[in-house]
Amino acid sequence: MLTSLPGVLFDGVAYGSLLFLISIGLSVTMGLMRFINLAHGAFAMLGGYVCVVGMTRLGVPFLAMLPAAFLVAAAFGAVLERVLYRRLYRRSPLDQVLFSLGLTLMSVAGATYVWGSGQQPVHLPAFLLGQVRVLGVDLGVYRLFLVLLVAGIAAALALLVRKTRFGARIRASVDDAQASAGLGINVTRVFSVTFTLGSGLAGLGGALAIDVLGLDPTFPLKYLVYFLLVVVVGGAGSIAGTLAASLLLGVFDVSGKYYVPAVGAFVIYAMMVLLLLLFPGGLRRSVR
Amino acid sequence: MSAAAETRLPDARWRPAEVAFWLAAVAVIFLFPGHLVLGSQVLITALFALSLDLILGYAGIVSLGHAAMFGAGAYTAGLLARHGWGEPLSGLVAAAAAGAAIAWATSFIAVRGGDLTRLMVTLGIGLMLYEAANQAASLTGGVDGLSDMAVRDLLGVFPFDLAGRTAYVYSLAVLFALFLVCRRIVRSPFGLSLRGIRDGARRMPAIGSPVRRRLIAIYTVSGAIAGVAGALLAQTTQFVGLEVLGFARSADLLIMLVLGGPGWLYGGLIGAAVFMIAQSQLSSLNPVYWQFWLGLFLVAMVFAARGGVVGAVAAARERLLRGVHR
Repeated sequence: MLTSLPGVLFDGVAYGSLLFLISIGLSVTMGLMRFINLAHGAFAMLGGYVCVVGMTRLGVPFLAMLPAAFLVAAAFGAVLERVLYRRLYRRSPLDQVLFSLGLTLMSVAGATYVWGSGQQPVHLPAFLLGQVRVLGVDLGVYRLFLVLLVAGIAAALALLVRKTRFGARIRASVDDAQASAGLGINVTRVFSVTFTLGSGLAGLGGALAIDVLGLDPTFPLKYLVYFLLVVVVGGAGSIAGTLAASLLLGVFDVSGKYYVPAVGAFVIYAMMVLLLLLFPGGLRRSVR
Repeated sequence: MSAAAETRLPDARWRPAEVAFWLAAVAVIFLFPGHLVLGSQVLITALFALSLDLILGYAGIVSLGHAAMFGAGAYTAGLLARHGWGEPLSGLVAAAAAGAAIAWATSFIAVRGGDLTRLMVTLGIGLMLYEAANQAASLTGGVDGLSDMAVRDLLGVFPFDLAGRTAYVYSLAVLFALFLVCRRIVRSPFGLSLRGIRDGARRMPAIGSPVRRRLIAIYTVSGAIAGVAGALLAQTTQFVGLEVLGFARSADLLIMLVLGGPGWLYGGLIGAAVFMIAQSQLSSLNPVYWQFWLGLFLVAMVFAARGGVVGAVAAARERLLRGVHR
């Protein structure tokens, strides 16, 4: 199958929007508490499994399972934040890495135990299948749906952060947690809420990603680098930066694998090291 | 340890527990002759953990990509043996050079920045080498791995046997020799300055310590030792698979070292032994369970027992001594 350049670019954008949806929670929590959370992909995986189980066992339609994936992952995130994460904010990065790595391993083993090690199928509704022709380019309907949905969510998040009081608290806490606490902002609560929201969005992303990235128990480890890369390149705590980094990464990865398959994932890793060297503080911070 | 003790060079006398440790490692040859294959794997991993301890336990560099140097050493020794140079000891030297070269070349970017940047850069370098080895299948064998090696007899006298006796003695001798080197390094003024950098990187330049140069030096030494460990694995198993460069190897290594306790040299050795013996016991039941318990154990350790096995023993000893003096 030969795909035209705009088609490849569009696939990259769709892929990038998924990365954005899953990584945005990680970015904001990392920016808020400097917490290195390697287990973030586990929330995405949970959302994916919730979606599959709801569809195959209970027969709930795909679209109805998306909010469920969001809610279950968010609830899980809220509980874990309250019980475990909260106690480690002031610990060394090494402790945080070990803790979240342990959590990731447990989630991989747990998912294998419950759902087996195979790839999980997803049956998209008929109206999301096939292709449509937009401006002379054939686009997958599901990918178009993805891009539009994520664009909507990104816009809503931007409104939340820019226009609401809660958003102002998040921005203040990211810029300077200590000073914000001094001004009477309950930073711990801001963090809890953002963690919950971020976990939920990751769960939603995981459910939407089944058709594109696949779903098996190794998901949190397989895509870990991509999520971290998006956050580090985009600059922790920045929505615009995360969006730009996700799209950039998505387009580069898809077109790299399509046009120069011999190099494969090497491009992405090389790009990550290079960008880290050029912009130690992330793209946004360096521009500012 | 008290502040006054930290300012002196640590004394280099051998404690009875240290002597007992190495005697026990020798005794394994006679006590468990049926488990020497696993034993040599433990020793090789212990050497690898020792190399990470140098940079993590002493210099405070958190690395998630230490397998890069291990893999470079393994492929160097493996390729030499495959293409007609099967002499093991010179293979080790070549592997050390390869590990050191990779470490030195990447040290300029790996020791920069904070912990998060270092984690990501070392992770990225490790993944890049993995992909490179994967793509260069004509050289490395790709996913099928590198086999058909002709490793010659050790010192021209001792062939590598199936029971792993030669492999065990060989690995133990190399581990002990390099352990002596590390022991000397960390007890030198250079080693002390590394600890200073770990505990206060901002203040060290003020007393005239070239922080960056010191970190690059220890990172290179650590890479050389990791390369030797990789070469030992290649020579004793006569096989090099892609997983020598894998993320799992780096992550497991970090877990072992933290389990044993970083910053004591022995921590990595004990951690590697406990980890690998537990893994071989538990994963024979079910590999998934092993992963789950490992994860649970890690989470519990972060909350409950910091400093690992060696740290816990040292703390108990300190409490005991204080009780006696009181």
